[in-house]
Order: sequence, then C-alpha cells, then structure tokens
Amino acid sequence: MRKTLLQGLIRRPLTEPAPQAGDPELAELAAQLSQTARATLGRSLAIRHVDAGSCNACELELHALGNAFYDLERFGFKFVASPRHADVLLVTGPVTRNMAEALRRTYDAMPAPKWVVAAGGCALDGGIFAGSYAVLGGVAAVVPVDLHIPGCPPSPLTLLKGLLALMMRAPGDAEES
Amino acid sequence: MSGDQPWRSRAVDAKAWARIADQLAQGRRTLAGLWGDAGRVHAALLDEGKSELEIATLACPSGQFPSIARRHAPALRLERAIRDLFGFEPVGAPDDRRWLDHCRWLVRHPLGDYTDWAGEGETYAFLPAEGEGLHQIPVGPVHAGIIEPGHFRFHANGETVVRLEERLGYTHKGIEGLMAGASIGNAANLAGRISGDSTVAYSIAFARAVEAALGLEIPPRAHLLRALMAELERIANHLGDIGAVCNDASFALMHAHCGILRERVLRQSNDCFGHRLMMDKVVPGGVATDLDPSGVAGLRSLIGRIRKDFPPLVELYDETASLQDRTVGTGILTADLARQYGCSGFVGRASGRVFDARKAIAYPPYDALEFEVPVLIEGDVNARLWIRIREVEQSLRLIEQILDGLPSGETTIELEKRGEVREGLALVEGFRGDILVWLRLDGEGWIGRCHLRDPSWFQWPLLEAAIEGNIVADFPLCNKSFNCSYSGHDL
Ligand code: SF4
Repeated sequence: MRKTLLQGLIRRPLTEPAPQAGDPELAELAAQLSQTARATLGRSLAIRHVDAGSCNACELELHALGNAFYDLERFGFKFVASPRHADVLLVTGPVTRNMAEALRRTYDAMPAPKWVVAAGGCALDGGIFAGSYAVLGGVAAVVPVDLHIPGCPPSPLTLLKGLLALMMRAPGDAEES
Repeated sequence: MSGDQPWRSRAVDAKAWARIADQLAQGRRTLAGLWGDAGRVHAALLDEGKSELEIATLACPSGQFPSIARRHAPALRLERAIRDLFGFEPVGAPDDRRWLDHCRWLVRHPLGDYTDWAGEGETYAFLPAEGEGLHQIPVGPVHAGIIEPGHFRFHANGETVVRLEERLGYTHKGIEGLMAGASIGNAANLAGRISGDSTVAYSIAFARAVEAALGLEIPPRAHLLRALMAELERIANHLGDIGAVCNDASFALMHAHCGILRERVLRQSNDCFGHRLMMDKVVPGGVATDLDPSGVAGLRSLIGRIRKDFPPLVELYDETASLQDRTVGTGILTADLARQYGCSGFVGRASGRVFDARKAIAYPPYDALEFEVPVLIEGDVNARLWIRIREVEQSLRLIEQILDGLPSGETTIELEKRGEVREGLALVEGFRGDILVWLRLDGEGWIGRCHLRDPSWFQWPLLEAAIEGNIVADFPLCNKSFNCSYSGHDL
C-alpha cells in the first residue's frame, strides 16, 4: 500500500491538478469571501446542516461543495458535527411535522450569535410539498430564517454565493437569544 | 410494460390472500410491493423465474386484512405503513407499533377514513434487549454530517452490536396524499422528488406507469434518451458513493478523486439536459429536453475521461490493504435474507440475488442493448463496492451504445385522455434497485391513486441484520455501503 501511495505522490496526479482553475466566477467569490470572512468574524464559519425532510437532492449538492472543484473549506466554511460548535444552521427540505421538534432542538442547542440559512425551494415555504398533512411549511415556520438560497436543488455555486451573501451582512443581525 | 401490459391483475378473497402469504413465505414468489387504496389493499408479486408481475387485490370493507407479515417478515413495515395511512388492520401482524405516523400529524389515517388528532408526539417503544453488560446507544434523527434524518437504536455489548433497530418516517411528506387528485404533470414533478438521488429513475417509473395506463408507446429516441439519463444518474451515484464508502473507511484520497469524476458527470448532464441531476427532464410521454450534437460530443469525451481516470482508482482500492481490511468481511448480508426480502440493486446483487429490472423486465431500450449484470456472493461491504465498480463500467458501455444508435425523430407524444378509469404499473431499475410505481388514472387523466415503492423498503430491514456482530464503529461504513434512501422510504 505504501508503494501505491508513494506512486500517487510521485506520479502525475490522477486528475488535473486544479480543476477549479477554469472557473473565474469561483475565483472571484473566493477572493471576496476571504476578505469578508476575516473582516466580519476574524475566522472561519462553522455550519451545522439539518435535513428537515428534504428529497435528498439538496444534500447531494451540499456534498458537492466539498469536492475539489468547489473546495468549500478554502472559503473559510466548514461543516461541523455538533450544533454547539456551529455559527450557521443550514436547513434543507420542507419541515415535516415529524422533524419539526428535532430542528427546533438543534437550533436551541446552538450558541448565539447564530444565523439560519434555508436552502432550496422547499425550505422557503414547503415548495412542492406545501399543503400536505405531513408538512409544517418552510423553515421559518419553526426557526427564524436569515437567508434563503433558491433552487431545486440550489447548485453548489448558488449555495456558495448564498453563503457569501450571509457573510457580507453585519454580524449584528444575528439571532442573539 | 407499455402497450401489451405484461402484468396480471386479480381480485382475491381473504383465503387466496392467505395463500399468497404462504407462497411468499415458501419463496415461490417475491413480494414487490404492498399498499393501501380506497377500501382495499394491493400486493405486487414477482415470479422471478418467469419475470412476471402480478397485482393481487383484496377488498377490505370491514377495514381488516389478513397479515402477510405473520408469515412473511418483509411485509411487516409495509403493513404498519398501511395501517398508519389508511387505518386498515393487518390481522395477526406480529408488530402493532406505528411506523410512519409519529403522532405528530394533526390527522390520523390521512389517506383513508381520517380523523383529527392532537399531534402531540409519542414515545416509541423500542424492542427490549436483555443481557448482562448491554447498553443502548441512541443516534439521530439529526446526524453528525450531511445526512438524511432517521433514528438508530443500538444495543451493544462493549464494542459489539447486539441489535440495531431503525426508526424511520421522519421525512414523511405525505407525497401520496398530494398526488391524489393531482394532474399528471404535477404528480410527475412530485415523483421526481421522492428520492432526489434517483430523480431520473423515479421519473421514468412514473412516466412508464402513466404510459402503460394510457396504452401509449413513446418514440424510440425518447426511450434511448431516458436510458442515457438513467445511466448517467447511475454512474454519478456510484462514483459518489464509492468515494464516500472509502471515506468512511478513512481513505479520503478515493473520496477526493471519485468526487471529481462525479462532478464531471453532473456538469456534463447539465450541459446536455439543463439540470445537474436531470430533474423533470423525463416526462410522461417522452423527455423534456432533446440532446444536441455538442451534447453527444461532450458525453463521448466524458466517457473517455472516466475510462482513463477510473481504472487507476479501482486499482488503488484493490491494492490498499488497510482499506480492504475495513471492507472485507464487514457487514455481511446473507444470500438467504437478500432472496427472502427481494432485496434489489447492488445490495441484493452483492449477496447473490440475480435480479435487475433492466434485464428481467427488459423494458425498452434495454431489450436491445448489451450489458452484463454483475453478481457476487460475499455480501460484505467490499462486494457491494465491487458491484458498483462493475456497474459503472457497464453503464459506460450502455451510454456508448445509446450514442452510437440514437435515431433521429420525435422525443415526445401527446397524452390522450381515455374517458375511463385506467391502471398502470412499472418496475424500473434505479441505481439503488428496482422502483415500483402503480397508479390509477380517472377518465380525464387525473391521478386517482399513485403508489411508489422505493427499493429501500426491502433493504433497510437487512441493514439491521448485516450490522449484527460488527463493531459500532463500523456502522457508518455499513450504512453507507447500503446507502438506503430515507426520503424514498418515508415518502
Ligand atoms: S428544494 Fe428541490 S431538491 Fe431541495 S429538497 Fe426540495 S424538492 Fe428536493
């Protein structure tokens, strides 16, 4: 195995070294973000994700943020496992009645200041699932929402732009409770 | 399954229903679905030898039906769901706990004779496990990561899992309720959002059921474009999950490389069809977007790229002893259980069950395409990974044939109204396994009832079996290697 890994280091990379290089829009975002993040928070932003009942396509695109093309962490964002370490609650899906309490509890467990981002059409108002007996509505039906990122699902680039927009805001509008 | 409707429908009485339960228990047929409807229950039965599907329907005017789960365990959760949604009592069922209904809806039996309810929640009675030194570990519904919600209750003895019990239903959105009375177009949009990772497969299954009901045959080009999208979806999911499984085995390098390949597939899909996941691009009557020559060229270069980049990754997996150490012999699903549950997809095929709806039902265009269905018998994480690796290669082969043989011509036909009630059925192979869609249209083309059965119904229960005796720390790896859908199951 060591041989394989060494070869991996010595040989030409399996894929192009910088797949993101051809993406001017991404490069610009990155530049903007690193300035804003430092100016507002002086550090990176920790995101806790909760799926409140999504169809799972929104999650696929959240996962894509971590691939080498987008490489979310270089923008100063990282997904964290515990709500206690999180600055941002990123919620996908309509809020099902069966998930409402779990969403509320995750929010309550986060220390202030905190922001809530609702990603995807469902998270805005229940989307295509609105009106069902099993769906409470959008994320705002359960926790206060600071920002909505549109799309079904939002593409990774749209998600990045949304997160940037959040960072651009003064930290003063965060929920302090 | 369009045109000549190669499935049978049969009304049965309670005695015949009980006989069906016996046949299933004896392994003479496979349960492919079980669902409620106004005043009746339906069972989809598969004869694997003959590749034949039958729908057996039992009227239950008194709100009761003989439990199939009493004889045949794979029916258990489906019966619990029927009782939650319709209020029908499966008489003799071995488990009378609610399943999808967490007592949080403001209604009881939402698809049947419904009554108002307070929706105050309930304390779920997990099965007890007794023994010295046993402890419980509750996990979820919110997990540490970007994962769908569900609850896992482990009983462990030290590090070893003695029992896992799943509790699902958190993402239940009441989709079948929304579909009742919807137009075909709206219902198709909902079908494409039952499990987003399988949006193409679900859209095909729904469209085929509609077309079967209306007796329509779509143009050959539309069949091929559907299969093209389906194979792109399969490749994207397999690539993403192969990487993710390796990541759960602490091998991030594979994850990074597979993630790049997956992203390339999604970008090419977007270039070809205007959506990274190709959502809403398969529609009843055909496809919504045609493929242009630049799309064909892009796909050919994508195939070349994957053929070049993927084999070294496979080799890396194969040669990395520390990785194999985690995946070989871990989370074994026995062939007997896979067969009993009619477990489909790579999970079933890694445990010796030779079934792929593309071959068995041979719906177009797969009847005219060449591909192999890889099957292994080991049933461990490693086998599930290898099936997916082999399937990537087969899907590339399929896409090549599709591009080579793509005829020109129309890509949609109009949906004609029939002026009478019609039923339609389809079984379609998604990346995860076979998806069953059954529906009834009224004469004006509105949805009367539509049921969509995710392959996960017959995989989730087996994850409980596969993890037994493994260490708790291997659960994420086993879970990812099954990769069941929460949303598809919860509906
Ligand atoms: S917004 Fe679209 S992709 Fe996201 S959960 Fe809703 S239906 Fe799925």
